[in-house]
Amino acid sequence: MDVLMGWGGQLLHGTLVTLEVAFAALALGLVWGILAALAQLSRWWPVRQFGFLFTLVMRGTPELLIILIIYFGGSVTLTGLAKALGAASGFVEIPAFAAGVFALSLVFGGYAAEVLRGAFLAIPKGQIEAAEAFGFSWWDAFTTVRLPQIWRFALPGLGNNWVSLIKDTSLVSVVGLEEIMRVSGMATAVTGEPFRFYLIAAIVFYALTTSNGLLVAKLERRASRGERELVR
Amino acid sequence: MNPALMIESLPALLKGTWLSLQLLTAALVLGMALAVPMAIARLEAPGPVRAVIAFYISFFRGTPLLVQIFLVYYGLSQFDFVRESALWPFIREPWFCAVLTFALHTAAYTANILRGAIQAVPAGEIEAAHACGMSGPLAYRVIILPRAFRLALPAYANEVVSMLKATSLASTITIMELTGTANTIVARTFAPYELFVTAAAIYLVIAAILTAALRALEYRLARHQRAPATSTAAIAGDAHVQA
Repeated sequence: MDVLMGWGGQLLHGTLVTLEVAFAALALGLVWGILAALAQLSRWWPVRQFGFLFTLVMRGTPELLIILIIYFGGSVTLTGLAKALGAASGFVEIPAFAAGVFALSLVFGGYAAEVLRGAFLAIPKGQIEAAEAFGFSWWDAFTTVRLPQIWRFALPGLGNNWVSLIKDTSLVSVVGLEEIMRVSGMATAVTGEPFRFYLIAAIVFYALTTSNGLLVAKLERRASRGERELVR
Repeated sequence: MNPALMIESLPALLKGTWLSLQLLTAALVLGMALAVPMAIARLEAPGPVRAVIAFYISFFRGTPLLVQIFLVYYGLSQFDFVRESALWPFIREPWFCAVLTFALHTAAYTANILRGAIQAVPAGEIEAAHACGMSGPLAYRVIILPRAFRLALPAYANEVVSMLKATSLASTITIMELTGTANTIVARTFAPYELFVTAAAIYLVIAAILTAALRALEYRLARHQRAPATSTAAIAGDAHVQA
C-alpha cells in the first residue's frame, strides 16, 4: 500500500518547485522592499508618494489578480514587442515560473517596505548622533549601528511575510506552474482521489510554514541576544 | 490601454463585485460566530479541547486558502458517505463550498486575534468584575468581551481586508465574482491590462472604504478616552473651581 499511489517522485519535484518560487520571490522581493522603503523615507515628495502608492497597491490588490496581470499582461506586452521588432509573428508566452516569481516578489516587496521603514525609524536618533559625534561616516554608521538593529526590528514582520509568501506560491498553480498544488491536481485527475492528494499538499505546506516559522523564531532570538529578556 | 473597453465591461465587473461582497459578508459573519466561542474555549476549556482548537487554528493559518478550498470543493466529493448524505446538495454547490471554507479560514485567524485581545484585557478589570460578584459568563459578556473587541479591532481590520482579497480565490471553483468575471472577459477579448487593472482598482476602492469604516468605528469606540470637547471642558473646569 503506497499512500502516495506512485506519485511520490512528482510530488517531491512539485515541492522543490514550490521552494524555488518562494526563495526566488523572497530574494527579488527584498530588493523591491528595500527600494520602496528608501523611497518612502526619501526627502522628495513625489518619490515618497510613489513609495507609499506601491505599498498601498500591493497590499490592497488580491495576490491572485497580481499574478494574472503579470502573466497575461506580460505575455501581451512581449507579443507586441516581438511583433514591433519583427522577430516573431506568433504569440509569445512568458513562463509561469518567471511570472509567478515576479508577481509574488512585488507583493512581498509591498509588505516588506512597511516593515523595513518601521525598523529604520525605530532606531533611536541619539544613537545616530552619537555615531556622528564619534566621527563615523554615514556609511559606517549605517553598517555598524543601523543595519544590525534594522535586522532585529524587521525580523518578526519579515518572518510573517515570508510564511505568507510560502502559502501564496500555491496561487501560481492557477497559471500552470507545476508546483505542489498543480501536481496534486494532476494526480487527482488520474487517480480520482482529490481528498488524498490535496491533503498531501496541505501537509507539505503545513510542514513548510511551521518549520520556517520555527526558523524565524530562532533567528529572532539570535538577533536580540544582546537585549534584556522580558520577565514572564 | 483601451478606455472604451474598460467602461464597456464595468457593468459586468460591478455585478461580480456585488457577488464578492456577498461572499465576504457571509464569510465574516459566519467566521465571527465561530471565532468567539473558539477564542473563549481556547483559553477556558479543558486541556484536550484547547489542544484541538490550537491545532485547528494552526492548520488553517499554516496552509494556503487555495488548498483548503480544493479540499472542501473537490476533496469531499471523493467520499461516498458525503455524496449520499443529506448535505450533498449543498456541498455540490461551489458557492456553499466557498462560503464554508472562507468562514472556517477567517474563523481561525479571528479566534487567534480575539484570544490575544482577551489576554490583553487588564487583569485588574477581570478581578474587579469577580469581586463585584459576577459569574464567569457574566464577566465575559459585560466586561471582558466588549473590552477585547475594542483591543482586537485594529488587527481585525487587517483581517477584513485580507478576506476581501481572499474572495478572489472563489474564481478558482467557477464562481463569477470580480476576479472570475475579469478573467472570463480577458479570455474573450484578450485585453488583460484593461480588465485586471479595472478589477484591481475596484478592490482598492473597497479596501479603502472598509479600512476607513473600521477606523471610524475604532475612533468611536474610544470616545470615552478622549478629552471632552472644549466648551464642556471649560464648564467642568468652572464647576471644579466653584466646588
